[in-house]
Amino acid sequence: MEHEVPQQVKHKFFTPGVIVLLIIALNGIVFIAGRFLFGLGAVTNLDQQYPWGIWIGIDVAAGVALAAGGFISAAIGHILHKDAYHSIVRPALLTAMLGYTFVAFGVFIDIGRWYFIWHPLVMWNPNSALFEVGICVIIYLSVLYIEFLPIVTERFIGKLNMKGIFSFLNKPLDKLLRALDSGLSKTMFVFIIAGVVLSSLHQSSLGTLMIIAGDKMHPLWQTPILPLLFLISAVAVGLPMVIFESLLASKSFKLKPEFSLLSRLGNYVGPILGVYLSFKIGDMVIRESFVHLVPMDLPAIMFLIEMIVGVVIPMIIFLTPLTSKSVSWLFWASSMVIFGVLLNRINNFIIAYNAPYALEAYIPSYGEISVTLGAASMLILLYRFIVINFPVISLPAPSGVHNSNK
Amino acid sequence: MIDKNRRNFFKTSALFGTVALGASATAKAAPENILSDDRKGVLVDVTHCIGCRSCEWACQTAHDLPADKIHDYHDREVFKEFRRPNNDSYTVVNEFENPNNELLPINVKYQCMHCDRPACVSACIVGAFTKKEDGSVVWNTDMCIGCRYCMVACPFQIPTFDYHKAIQPDIHKCDFCYKRTQEGKLPACVEICPVEALVYGPRTEIIRVAKHRIKRAPNKYLDHIYGEDEVGGTSWVYLSGVDFQTLKFPKHGTKTAPGVSESIQHGLFAYFVPPIALYAWLGGIMWVSKRKNAKQANEEKI
Ligand code: SF4
Ligand code: SF4
Ligand code: SF4
Repeated sequence: MEHEVPQQVKHKFFTPGVIVLLIIALNGIVFIAGRFLFGLGAVTNLDQQYPWGIWIGIDVAAGVALAAGGFISAAIGHILHKDAYHSIVRPALLTAMLGYTFVAFGVFIDIGRWYFIWHPLVMWNPNSALFEVGICVIIYLSVLYIEFLPIVTERFIGKLNMKGIFSFLNKPLDKLLRALDSGLSKTMFVFIIAGVVLSSLHQSSLGTLMIIAGDKMHPLWQTPILPLLFLISAVAVGLPMVIFESLLASKSFKLKPEFSLLSRLGNYVGPILGVYLSFKIGDMVIRESFVHLVPMDLPAIMFLIEMIVGVVIPMIIFLTPLTSKSVSWLFWASSMVIFGVLLNRINNFIIAYNAPYALEAYIPSYGEISVTLGAASMLILLYRFIVINFPVISLPAPSGVHNSNK
Repeated sequence: MIDKNRRNFFKTSALFGTVALGASATAKAAPENILSDDRKGVLVDVTHCIGCRSCEWACQTAHDLPADKIHDYHDREVFKEFRRPNNDSYTVVNEFENPNNELLPINVKYQCMHCDRPACVSACIVGAFTKKEDGSVVWNTDMCIGCRYCMVACPFQIPTFDYHKAIQPDIHKCDFCYKRTQEGKLPACVEICPVEALVYGPRTEIIRVAKHRIKRAPNKYLDHIYGEDEVGGTSWVYLSGVDFQTLKFPKHGTKTAPGVSESIQHGLFAYFVPPIALYAWLGGIMWVSKRKNAKQANEEKI
């Protein structure tokens, strides 16, 4: 195997796809401005019956789940020390960092009093699942930034070259970076373990969130083991997310996909999905909630799509040799798991929530959808910007000679 | 090299552990949830209510909410539509057809139930809700961040939110006239009710009254005091002659709303033991796998 080291991807930033993403992002920003100027009601379809919409269901809940690649790959790469997988750690870390940044951003625009977002830091309610999620996300986000710092120091150490009046700063700054770097490399394991612990905690507490809604939540999803299901599904989606991104990035930057590595990672996915499925089915049998499938109404259909397309089919594909033979099977199987977890979070937070006095169902407004899509576009654009400017993606040493610079 | 690393590892881990323990020691207790023995309650006897809506007017006035003249409240046109408490009205009266007597419609007043084990108090991310000694559940504007989790949690769908305010949107709900009762006055609705559809007093007392009324007129009343045991008991309880689901009360068991969620929450965080144990366990794995790696000569820095 060639020796690969993380380095900046040599590729230009703008492409037609990037322009499209920029337009979607701008469209989102317009509605974000509207929300801050005129209040939540001006932009969203939320009401007294449906207090939470897609900003919580997708941007926050699904966002946290889909950023799970970060802690899974940290666990594999650093804690289990599977060195072969080191090349996935940095891209997954970057996704997690950006993902959680946008989760925090989603919370910021969704809460009515955004300027009090710091309140949970000083006003504690340990009984509240939301408090736990909030605190863990705040700490984990800081941990992710700390974990990312070495990539920044690596980028600049020995390469600081400011011109003109700032040139006298080059030397002291370089020293500072070196000190930071050596301090970080001595203590980094603390943050890495903390990151995995914090992730396990809030991934599961996110599942506890809806338990207090009790009867208001559809019995196909409401169960006391929701925290466990949320944790397992987050673990299950972590690797497919890493695979999905890696394949997309190699496509977008015209690099050779790291197929053998990714398909080996894919081998873990099938069994984890199997564990998830057995807990889910076991719970349904014990609580006899499968009877709620019979009316074949919207929740039942959504539930079946989630389970069949998002869990059963990809599980079967991952358990066959297909994913170690072809890139497209690997890609599509991973995409289905991601779709399944995304749909699961939407179902838990939106479809399953049955407002007792609702006159009409909640359907996200154009503004809400614009903001969600806009945030996703901004995330992709930032990801692109960072991998072009920082050593994140592993390429054959000494430099990425073989990528065509189109 | 390995030894130095190892020592370093333990030192730093110990430091982290101390910080975590320190944080848990300073953690403030959960928001107050006082269940005083002489907490107050209200008995709503829907068989007495005449639907005059004076209580709505009194509530609006007592809370400085927009109010028409009291006379306008006697207009029965509004009953055509089923209404819910909102961010500009904390109590509303609805009308239902009486299955037993067409000429005698049933009027029902709704407001916050002031649960004994309130979901809103348990859920609120910052502990902005408090169950007071007099049984009322009140909200503190200085703490609220506007996340609306209380609305997700409440089993009676009571808290409401100012969706059209960009700055300082509030959560609104009945506060059991906390200010008035502190001054020794009755809740505004109870004071104005002309027919004793609302009875205020110590909760134990009003449950006794309710049981007495059922016993005295078993044909008139259902043998069910709604709120006596629902979601662990509520301060406001209801008597009715017809099934409560026809009056659009949610069907609830006796389990408290926050019970399951709080026990999971506390299980995950019992004195920070599970997180710290997980931390130690992962640290152990990391250390072992690292040593194994180091042995294989190829040492790698994290
Ligand atoms: S009815 Fe709802 S808002 Fe009122 S105390 Fe109970 S949980 Fe809280
Ligand atoms: S909206 Fe306010 S009162 Fe309700 S849960 Fe959030 S912080 Fe607490
Ligand atoms: S004031 Fe009394 S009688 Fe009139 S609507 Fe209210 S509860 Fe009913």
